[in-house]
Amino acid sequence: MRPSFVFAVAGALWLAATAALAQGSGAPAIPGTGSTADHSKFEILKKEFTSAPEVTGACLSCHTEADDQVMHSIHFTWEFENTTTGQLLGKRHVINAFCGNVAGNEPRCTSCHAGYGWDDMSVAPQEAGVTPDCLVCHDRSGQYTKTATAAGLPPLDPVKPGTKTITGAEAWPVDLAKAAQSVGPPGRENCGQCHFYGGGGDNVKHGDLSSVLYDPARDVDVHMSSEGGNMVCSDCHVTDRHEWAGSRYDVTAADTRGPGMPHERRDVATCQSCHGTEPHPASLKGVKLNDHTDKLACQTCHIPEFARGGVATKMVWDWSTAGKMGDDGKPLSVENYTQGDGKHRHTYLATKGDFVWEENVEPLYAWFNGQVEYTTGDQTIDPTQVVEVNRISGSPEDGDSRIWPFKRLIGRQAYDAKLNHLAYSHVWGPATDTAFWTNFDWGKAIEAGMNAAGVEYSGEYGFVNTHMYWPITHMVAPAEQALDCAECHASDGRMSGIDGVYMPGRTPFSTAGILGLALIAATVLALGIHALGRLFTRKDGDA
Amino acid sequence: MAERFVKIYPRFERFWHWTQMALIFGLLFTGLAVNGLNPLIPFGPAVMLHIIAALALIILWVFAIFWHITTGTWVHYVPTTRGLLKVARFYAWGIFKGEHHPYRKAYWRKHNPLQALTYLALKLVLFPAIWVTGVIYLTYNFWDTAPNATLWLTIVANLHLLAAYAIAAFVLAHVYLLTVGHSFRDHVRPMITGFDKIDLTSEEEAYLETDEPARIR
Repeated sequence: MRPSFVFAVAGALWLAATAALAQGSGAPAIPGTGSTADHSKFEILKKEFTSAPEVTGACLSCHTEADDQVMHSIHFTWEFENTTTGQLLGKRHVINAFCGNVAGNEPRCTSCHAGYGWDDMSVAPQEAGVTPDCLVCHDRSGQYTKTATAAGLPPLDPVKPGTKTITGAEAWPVDLAKAAQSVGPPGRENCGQCHFYGGGGDNVKHGDLSSVLYDPARDVDVHMSSEGGNMVCSDCHVTDRHEWAGSRYDVTAADTRGPGMPHERRDVATCQSCHGTEPHPASLKGVKLNDHTDKLACQTCHIPEFARGGVATKMVWDWSTAGKMGDDGKPLSVENYTQGDGKHRHTYLATKGDFVWEENVEPLYAWFNGQVEYTTGDQTIDPTQVVEVNRISGSPEDGDSRIWPFKRLIGRQAYDAKLNHLAYSHVWGPATDTAFWTNFDWGKAIEAGMNAAGVEYSGEYGFVNTHMYWPITHMVAPAEQALDCAECHASDGRMSGIDGVYMPGRTPFSTAGILGLALIAATVLALGIHALGRLFTRKDGDA
Repeated sequence: MAERFVKIYPRFERFWHWTQMALIFGLLFTGLAVNGLNPLIPFGPAVMLHIIAALALIILWVFAIFWHITTGTWVHYVPTTRGLLKVARFYAWGIFKGEHHPYRKAYWRKHNPLQALTYLALKLVLFPAIWVTGVIYLTYNFWDTAPNATLWLTIVANLHLLAAYAIAAFVLAHVYLLTVGHSFRDHVRPMITGFDKIDLTSEEEAYLETDEPARIR
């Protein structure tokens, strides 16, 4: 080794060591964690809060426009005017096939309202002077929650024994100051405590939104898993002034625009808005897969099953059997389903009727253009048919539709048997003598529900079979677990009920297929006869 | 007149024939799977292999067309009615009587008239039908916004399927005819060695022995 080389190496090492030392001792750490504000340093948040709305007041002293923005959002209004169909929708107005309706059951249902104290659906929360709840979305201390039956208010010290939170857990006293000082952008826990529990329990309603998504494994949700993207809801459901992209009432079923300029799009939560309109790699296989994007929603292949990860979803809900008492004279309850994570789920409740639970469910597929029309309480139904609580529109011809995966809830629920309207029912109300869950009398419960909703009631009720559809869009599996081609490209595949597509492998015995096989059969027959002729004459010509 | 072994299938023609055979078998095997009738290979891999084999076959055809034109080999396929009926009558009747094949191969005309006509139809009708429909089918992405794209795709795919079945029928008849006569091996050997038994006039024989000694043995 040459001496000059040794000196050069030693010199370089010395320089590197001194540089590292200088950096270690000299440069101070950059403060904050992704924000320029540390809310624990704000004087106004250090006080003793005696009520939750006080916290909102403190927030507004800096975030002056926040309450106005929130009060324009569907999280607060629970109202959605569909400009295409003209229908007035939203939780404030619709009847669904799960818990039915909010009207008449307010303090229970509005426990998940993004405000404090909205207890009457007939008055808009803006007019009722309801204060928005900042903490339910922005608390990062993890100890903020809402009481299950208090119209959106949190449990505060002293908590009455037996009180439950919105997720069904035993309630604890919330430390408002701690929550206020912790605020930040919403995490999965914030959105999840309401949206994972829709329909009265974990994953009851959506099928693709369950408590599993608080910390999902990679194969359950590649985006939200900490082993995957570790993304939060608002990474896709982007916001503009507290209005969120992504709506079940007006779905962007086909996004042909793609991502646009970086960070440009704030209007949609579509897969394409990140992944583009030709998302598969530029390989032979990728090009072939991109062929599918004019017919299929991304979700159709990339969410092979919903209710994955151990938490089941309700697939059948029959209200008509509710009200049975056990041998002990008490309301009957049966827990006959054990889901993947070991938890038992009710299959019968005197309060709610019979349920069927399912996990790892293969979706139902249908053409969907994003438009959903609800059977609202004023529409006349045909009780001899299955009533579609929310009709999904779409066709292979319109160019705007894609084949989407859905969860379909099979329901049986109350209706006005004379006027043929879906019925509102008053189920929750421990202090009333009409609430079904305390009195088990459908006649009284429906009359009270119709009254609360302010609609006409004939006085006669019955039960009607219903279907309700939920587009499946969460629980996206890793690419390697996307549906295999043969799941659909087969004669009895998943798309067997879908019209308006040409799918190789689905109809081997189409007209052309049969003609072709007939040609082969005729050839074989002719050659066979020729061969037999040669065999029997035993005089094979000299060719 | 003398019967001699003359090289009538040059190296490229033999390469073309056997490569084409392998690719067509591959395409029939995978195509049948894509159509839902072959459980021996899954759909996805079948599609990929089908596309790769098809592209390879199209490239081979480009070379083969070039070869036919530049070497003048295309004249072997010019249709003729001379002797056509005799050959047809032989396969339909004479073969059962132990007659001799009416056609004698010439080194400048290696196929009998029925054979030449069949190959010509294959090359001018069925092969173009399969690859034109196949390419339109394969490039669906580029025209999927056209009006009634799904209907056109259905039509194109069904024509592709029919052409494929017709080619399969040809393959059956082609292989069956190798069994006619004294031996299957005698029929296959020329396409391997290139040499076939040919009637030569004394002038032809003299020409080949003098000017193209490698073509005659």
